Amino acid sequence: MPVNLLDEPDIQAENRDYHWTLNFGPQHPATHTTLRLLLELEGETILNAIPDIGYLHSGFEKLGEHLNLNQYVTVVDRKNYISPPMNEVAWHNAVEKLLEIEITPRCKYIRVMIGELARISDHLLCTGAAALDLGAFTAFLYAFNLREMIYDIYEEMSGYRFHPGYTRTGGVMFDFTERVTGRIEKFLVTLPKILADMEKLLFRNKIFLERMRGVGVLTKADAIAYCASGPIARASGVTYDLRKDEPYLAYADFDFSVPYATEGDCYARFHVRMEEMVQSARILRQALDKFPGGPVNVPIAEKFPMPDKGTTYGSMEGLIQHFELVMPNRGFQTSVNEVYAAVEGPSGELGYYLICDGTQVAWRTRTRPPAFIHFQLFPHLIRNHMISDIVAVLGSLNIIAAELDR
Amino acid sequence: MTTTKSSRPTPDATLARIRKRCGEGFFSVSSHLDNLRLHVPPEKLVELTTRLRDEFGFHLTELGGADYLGYPGRSSASHRFEVHYVLLNYETAERLILKTGVSDPDPVLPTLVPVWAGADWLEREVFDMYGIVFQGHPDLRRILMPEDFRSFPLRKDYPLRGRGERHNFERVTREDS
Repeated sequence: MPVNLLDEPDIQAENRDYHWTLNFGPQHPATHTTLRLLLELEGETILNAIPDIGYLHSGFEKLGEHLNLNQYVTVVDRKNYISPPMNEVAWHNAVEKLLEIEITPRCKYIRVMIGELARISDHLLCTGAAALDLGAFTAFLYAFNLREMIYDIYEEMSGYRFHPGYTRTGGVMFDFTERVTGRIEKFLVTLPKILADMEKLLFRNKIFLERMRGVGVLTKADAIAYCASGPIARASGVTYDLRKDEPYLAYADFDFSVPYATEGDCYARFHVRMEEMVQSARILRQALDKFPGGPVNVPIAEKFPMPDKGTTYGSMEGLIQHFELVMPNRGFQTSVNEVYAAVEGPSGELGYYLICDGTQVAWRTRTRPPAFIHFQLFPHLIRNHMISDIVAVLGSLNIIAAELDR
Repeated sequence: MTTTKSSRPTPDATLARIRKRCGEGFFSVSSHLDNLRLHVPPEKLVELTTRLRDEFGFHLTELGGADYLGYPGRSSASHRFEVHYVLLNYETAERLILKTGVSDPDPVLPTLVPVWAGADWLEREVFDMYGIVFQGHPDLRRILMPEDFRSFPLRKDYPLRGRGERHNFERVTREDS
């Protein structure tokens, strides 16, 4: 798609008096979260944008060095709070890779399902909010209403709506009940209808298309050089998806496609996300159909999972294991080692560089935050566009400030 | 479209290829499952990453630091800080982790921004959290912490609750804001 760019202005020029400096954010309705941009303008054209981040920095990585491997799951939830279960899956994926735990098939399926639900939830918000920012309010309401069903599923499975804290080393907190799978079934019936409604509202909406097409173009070479991943890279033609290319959990069992585009503009990113929801629904459908029975946690003999109530009060091993896990100075054995493990998060590669020193508490819990890495693309994408394009580009990058600043 | 990289090379094959083309002796190797780690001295870093990019198709996906002060099994002679670079080959789905050590009191590493533009903010974050200076970085400023912050919070000798910076913030009133 050809893009017309204005002549590159000489921003180093001596005479810059006619350039405006505009402060955008940190509290601006269109940034959704606390992002701040310093814009250098010539008229309404953006010559340079300098992001200033850190307003929401909460020291999550430092906290990870003081909480044990299971406790930290409540903190990772709060990073990308639009799709908390995906953070949990990513975190425990790293922990289990470090400790070389092979989780049960049922648990793998459960984690695939909560991960895909989180992906749909994230994409719904992202596509809905992208439409909202460009004036299409109705699509946003449809999307947000559907996210409510996902929250109901989280609540049914874990007891918490927003931050489930559901995964544990070697398993999950509770097994899926019939009611949870029933709710997912119902959700899978509703999802295509809502997606069809959103398509009808947006795909032929002239204002929406005009403001998305050709705006914020990211080339394939730039996507790779700037470490972009996930839907943003795939919209620029980098067809890399960890679920396909480095299958983890049970993704090798499912039949699904990786949507991609080559235009690299806001519309391509929007479109890739819409299609990814369809593919996630396919995965969910197959996961429900093939959902294996059996235990959900690894055996207690492996010393990792918290035994359920029956085992705790009904058997000596269960009682001992329960005691070992709840006492602060005890717990399971870890190793002096380090590992990098990543999963395909909703907005890109969500990885953990985890270093353990043999104690219950991690030595270092480095997150690879997709939002942080994608936000550095922003000045590059917005240069020579207009002020009103900021919301389109920001919306298409899906920046979650809690993950950006951690 | 489905793009399955069915013939994903094993870490051993990757290592053998790198050894054959780039020589050996200047790096040491460690691994865990499919994580292959090359420990590279800082002076070889730019040369090796440039070759890995141009000849092997590896690209940066992750960059971060760690402080090993008091880590079990570390002698006082080993480096205090390590920076890891996770590289990914988008064609073959191979991964490679480069690790570089650097020590107090003057931790300096070469920047990788000329090799991958995406290293920019990631190196700024490592500088912000550990005080490791990336020589040649175009814009090495603090990124998450306030500009006037003096310490490096992710260092192991920095306490979880801080050193009272928070209570001593200058109060800005409405009148003088």
